[in-house]
Amino acid sequence: MKLLLSFSRKGKADPGREPVIARVVKETGVLINVEKANIDSMAGEVLIDVPDRDADLVRRRLEEMGVAVHVMENAITLDEAECVDCGACISVCPQEVFSFDEEWRLRVIAERCVLCGKCIRACPHGALSQQG
Amino acid sequence: MEKSLDLINARIRDGSARVVTADEMPGIVDELGEEGALAEVDVVTTGTFGAMCSSGAFFNFGHADPPIRMERVWLNDVEAYAGIAAVDAYLGATQEAESKDQVYGGAHVLEELVAGGTVELRATSHGTDCYPRRSITTELLLEDMNQAIMVNPRNSYQRYNAATNATDRTLQTYMGTLLPRCGNVSYSGAGTLSPLANDPEFRVIGSGVSIFLAGAEGMIVGEGTQHSAGGGFGTLMVTGDMKQMRQEFLRAAVMNGYGVTMYVGVGIPIPVLDTGIVRSTAVRDEDILTDIIDYGTPRRDRPSLAKVSYADLRSGSVEIGGETVRTSSLSSYRRARAVATELKDWIERGKMELALPTRRIDPTKRARPMRETAVSPRVREIMNRQVISITEDEEIRVAAKRLLKDETNHLPVLDGNGTLVGIITTYDVSKAVVNDGKLRQVKDIMTRKVIKTTPDEPVDVAARKLEQNNISALPVVDATNRVVGILSAIDLGKLFGGRRRR
Repeated sequence: MKLLLSFSRKGKADPGREPVIARVVKETGVLINVEKANIDSMAGEVLIDVPDRDADLVRRRLEEMGVAVHVMENAITLDEAECVDCGACISVCPQEVFSFDEEWRLRVIAERCVLCGKCIRACPHGALSQQG
Repeated sequence: MEKSLDLINARIRDGSARVVTADEMPGIVDELGEEGALAEVDVVTTGTFGAMCSSGAFFNFGHADPPIRMERVWLNDVEAYAGIAAVDAYLGATQEAESKDQVYGGAHVLEELVAGGTVELRATSHGTDCYPRRSITTELLLEDMNQAIMVNPRNSYQRYNAATNATDRTLQTYMGTLLPRCGNVSYSGAGTLSPLANDPEFRVIGSGVSIFLAGAEGMIVGEGTQHSAGGGFGTLMVTGDMKQMRQEFLRAAVMNGYGVTMYVGVGIPIPVLDTGIVRSTAVRDEDILTDIIDYGTPRRDRPSLAKVSYADLRSGSVEIGGETVRTSSLSSYRRARAVATELKDWIERGKMELALPTRRIDPTKRARPMRETAVSPRVREIMNRQVISITEDEEIRVAAKRLLKDETNHLPVLDGNGTLVGIITTYDVSKAVVNDGKLRQVKDIMTRKVIKTTPDEPVDVAARKLEQNNISALPVVDATNRVVGILSAIDLGKLFGGRRRR
């Protein structure tokens, strides 16, 4: 399961520069895969992937440490009315989210998505969007 | 054995014609042989659905009261060409709206009309005795127009070059997003289903032939613009009534960083008259070859990095220089098949009969590049040949003095052999001073990845390098990477000041 973690250094309760992910890994023993990180001066966002069975535990510990956790259900959404099954998204995706089925229909494996946004810009038909 | 068109049309009328789609034909020929396939199959339907920029439509809006001779016309703020009769205009698919808050263009207007939506017509005029009105604004549906005749100057390319990008930055092109260092390949075309790939000799595809155009019964006008069948790049000019079209087969699209285009569905029925046509319609993806072109070269003649077939492209990956690179299609094979299947259905139901060309299209013609009477300026003509440079082992202080003395902001850095190894600017020197002197030599602070140009490069290409990298000068190097000049933003002004050297 993918969790989007938001950090901020504005609030007093926020963990700031604390190594929260490392701490959670150490405490829980759950292997966390960091898939994307954007760190700015006052805030940061990190996308992590954790095994489904451990997601609740990891989420609880992170929230206790002051991290806002958002569960990414459908990272990328395909608007089937706009999609023409061209496949322009297929080769720009670093995660192989997109492929064709036997009928040359576009298949989306959204769980693989790391929210890089390349496909959204590459789609000529504006058929792809990111869950807010 | 040969079969006449009359016989095929008689079978279409009595519902006994055997119609197959072009992707079924190779298997049928394998099974029955050429003579067997000729006896069995009457019509092969083809189809393609992809980006076809050279598309648009003629409109006649009817006369207003008092009447206006429209000189400039906008549909949903997208300008149409009005240099024809009073209330006629041609709207091109790639023309973009004047208000730039979102990318919207002619293709969006055309799709909106076909989908049954309302479009705002705005027109202006200077007023004449017979057409006194000076402006008009009204809302129109497709059904309100007297005519909405799609005329696409260039559709249905026989095949198309595949695209990749050998540079180290992402390119946004009409072939889509091209990742750096040949990170992907983008291609277009329906391969075995492609109309012209099934009749490369243009034996039965020509003027007057009935076709499927975006859901309407359309017609081939003749060869398309830039038709170059001699090199395997034939094109068609096609026409059809927009009032019969469907949104499913006419879709506006935006190529990120490039602009608006339109996806059009085109299908052509091919009468199976003899074994020659059996052979040409048995074409497979494996038989249709195309080049993978490096779009990183900003010139007309771009290098080919590999030759591949549509079977390779459609497999999902190809090899370039020993590495596996993933492929993406810009055209939709699924919808190309929907075009061929619907056309097949039309013919089986007797909705469309076939016709032979009233005029043949030349299968040997080749498109020529533009004749340019003024040679576009090259870097050599405006570069500064007095290059002030420095070697990498000098102290930063020496560099600072040299920058000051020669009133320049850029120093190309050379190694002991005189070849270019870096560049430093006044900014780099200032930064070194502010960071308080631990770094002493030029090579400690220079930029090693130098953006550079060559004497033969067109000035337009060099100017774009300056702009894209947000820099103000480019060292000019020869084939051995020795600096022969420097091109600064100031030198570009020579093009306008009449100081250009001939």
